Amino acid sequence: MKLKLHVWRQKGPNAPGKLETYEANHVSPDQSFLEMLDEVNEDLVKAGKDPIAFDHDCREGICGMCSQVINGVPHGGQVRTTVCQLHMRKFKDGDEIFIEPWKARAFPIIKDLAVDRGAYDRIIEAGGYTSCRTGGVPDGNAVMISKEAADNAMDAAECIGCGACAASCPNSSAMLFTSAKVSQLAVLPQGQVEAKRRVTAMLDEAKALGFGNCTNHYECQAACPKGIDVKFIAKLNREYIKALLP
Amino acid sequence: MILDGKCPTGPIETSWDRHRFETKLVNPSNKRKYKILVVGTGLAGGAAAATLGELGYNVHAFCYQDSARRAHSIAAQGGINAAKNYPNDGDSIYRLFYDTIKGGDFRAREGDVWRLAQVSNNIIDQCVAQGVPFARDYAGYLDNRSFGGAQVSRTFYARGLTGQQLLLGAYSALSRQVKAQTVKLHVRREMLDLVVVDGVARGITCRNLITGEIESHWGDAVILATGGYVNVFYLSTNAMGCSVTAAWKAAKKGAYFANPCYTQIHPTCIPQSGEHQSKLTLMSESLRNDGRCWVPKKKEDCEKPAGQIAEDDRDYYLERKYPSFGNLAPRDIASRAAKEQCDDERGVGPGKRGVYLDFEDSIKRLSEDTIRERYGNLFEMYEMITAENGYKQPMRIYPAPHYAMGGLWVDYNCMSNVPGAFVLGEANFSVHGANRLGASALMQGLADGYFVIPYTIGGYLTTVKPGQVKDDHAEFKKSKEDVQAEISKMISINGKKTPAELHRELGKVMWNNVGMARSKESLTEALKLIPKIRDEFWNNLKVSGSGAEFNQQLENAGRLADFLEFGELLAKDALHREESCGGHFRTEHQYDDGEAKRDDENFCYAAAWEFKGAGKEPELHKEPLKFDNVHLAVRSYK
Repeated sequence: MKLKLHVWRQKGPNAPGKLETYEANHVSPDQSFLEMLDEVNEDLVKAGKDPIAFDHDCREGICGMCSQVINGVPHGGQVRTTVCQLHMRKFKDGDEIFIEPWKARAFPIIKDLAVDRGAYDRIIEAGGYTSCRTGGVPDGNAVMISKEAADNAMDAAECIGCGACAASCPNSSAMLFTSAKVSQLAVLPQGQVEAKRRVTAMLDEAKALGFGNCTNHYECQAACPKGIDVKFIAKLNREYIKALLP
Repeated sequence: MILDGKCPTGPIETSWDRHRFETKLVNPSNKRKYKILVVGTGLAGGAAAATLGELGYNVHAFCYQDSARRAHSIAAQGGINAAKNYPNDGDSIYRLFYDTIKGGDFRAREGDVWRLAQVSNNIIDQCVAQGVPFARDYAGYLDNRSFGGAQVSRTFYARGLTGQQLLLGAYSALSRQVKAQTVKLHVRREMLDLVVVDGVARGITCRNLITGEIESHWGDAVILATGGYVNVFYLSTNAMGCSVTAAWKAAKKGAYFANPCYTQIHPTCIPQSGEHQSKLTLMSESLRNDGRCWVPKKKEDCEKPAGQIAEDDRDYYLERKYPSFGNLAPRDIASRAAKEQCDDERGVGPGKRGVYLDFEDSIKRLSEDTIRERYGNLFEMYEMITAENGYKQPMRIYPAPHYAMGGLWVDYNCMSNVPGAFVLGEANFSVHGANRLGASALMQGLADGYFVIPYTIGGYLTTVKPGQVKDDHAEFKKSKEDVQAEISKMISINGKKTPAELHRELGKVMWNNVGMARSKESLTEALKLIPKIRDEFWNNLKVSGSGAEFNQQLENAGRLADFLEFGELLAKDALHREESCGGHFRTEHQYDDGEAKRDDENFCYAAAWEFKGAGKEPELHKEPLKFDNVHLAVRSYK
């Protein structure tokens, strides 16, 4: 396959950026999207040009490092798929593809397609944990947890923290991300003690970092490579109201 | 030199408890005066940094990723072992200990393995308290599944995402300490040197991957939890950034590298589809609980669709060869068996390098929904990569490099031979011997991080004065200059080959000659070829840009430079070990039926290599292995 790529190039956080055009001429349908970019980069390096910087690591859809907006959609629009798991058989010969970085005020660009997602770490640091010390905890089976609760917690816990939710949201809201951690801990008995403090601290932090509020567009769920459900945002709101009540 | 692992003597059942009591403690009010550097934030590093922070030490943690949550522990799918015996099927600390020693083909240190089995139960409790959503049964109790190399169900799991959930647990605990300001995080930093002053580890030199700045960090102790090295094969199941660099830099500063030839080739990976491939994807071996491995009996059937091959014409080779363990034979055995079938020209798929993993019988017995509930995400992943539906036709699998049992040599306290440098998790060599059992890597990472290092590091710290050597010492300056010089050198070559091209060349040499089956001939060949690629690297490398910027090509080049030195050591170790054991299979040393033939008389030791310079002969130090609590036996899974 032959493809024409329009890729966002930007030297640094404060430098101006623009779309540059490249050709990918030997694309195999069995290649992943990132392997296609690897080859474009090999050609750029050999031609003495600066290769395209992009974040990636595990290349199996779980580390959450890869982050590209492809044709306007974070991760490229294939259901429950990260960029690294997107394969070229989803494209056809002659396609033009636009590749841009995450766009959200709280995710400043480092270079080209790589952004700084430290803001998500700050949200977790604000309260995304149970404050148990190592050792001195009860036996794993001491507290029974219904299968439904464990499954529900797991549905939320699958979040990989990639940032696609905020990148897809017209308000750059981090609500889906925040709700995943809040919900995981709120449905488990271990998370009850600190539930009120956790939800307010995490939401306050998200606001302070420059993420917007949720206005029910549900773009986040559509973009989420793990299919995290927006019902968790409803859960988050409920937990928040509970926290405000005496 | 004969190395001493400093295991406690006396009854093994109480060895760890006695050692903990006998280890000196750091006074609570003095802990904050000690600065500890933790490199790597996977299960071992993340858990260690969090726990040491909780204890009150001044901890600095480093990772090359953009967040501590992304280390490759996150990709582990299947589960974590513990000797809880919840299913009442006869498990015990002793059985987990025994299975691990046997699974490792009697090449691990008894004391370390016993401790691992003992603290395994604490890990499960800890993770549950953190809110890790382990699978539960309908009564609300923790569920277990079985895994290769064991006849009890002792594996705890969270769907097919156990590594992710455990890592996020450790990351949460770490985040709590970052908030409490006991831990300072340094993300997007790569360690490029260990700073050793008068024989003692005093800090690290690292590169800020965003700005390219070379930084010095001093510490009263340095903990390396930097993972494994199987990306030396280029194609592996590791993340792209996984490398031997941190460990190798420590080795070049005097830390011994033990048993590098013990590499694990995982049996259930998705076969390679072409030259463009950048990594191989693993599917949890828990699939072997319900999937049956087979190949056609007849060569001429290999091209046919699986459905057209009659039951009688299928060779369920694992069930045939290992009737009691069947499809759950340990990883090294299952991998080698798959290779044998393909070498016999009975493989399937592109290049005939694949075997079937078939769920038809399980779907008939249990229903497709049950299989989906157990392994749904793995089937999705398989379809995404191959465009084939594993419910309708058998999956194709082939072994791929996955895990490194070898690593930096450490004593019972997880300290290397360089005082002050500790090594945890996959980066050390200690508990898996020559082969790791499934669901034991997560167990080791968290055991080392949560329950071992927090005790053992205190014993060392009581012997040093806090802040005695800081980053104004001349050694730090020299280290920085050396790192800078190597970077400048790589950039100035301006040759024709990219790091990826050269890495692929190295990978081919390693996989073909030092892979699943090794011989004197193949290893000698590898030792001839590796230095040639290394020479080409230093004369014909092409890296664009400069060192003073975000430069991923430069990162790859630096990691490759270390693999090119380390790969040679791996091959040397494999050549010197004239026996077959676990993941190390020498074709000269096998029984008539093709099983690995150990040589306990001559090779019952850990081989710890001292670096003497690139291209120079390393010096071998031996740590004899003593087995007082298990009987050295031929490992049989028949």
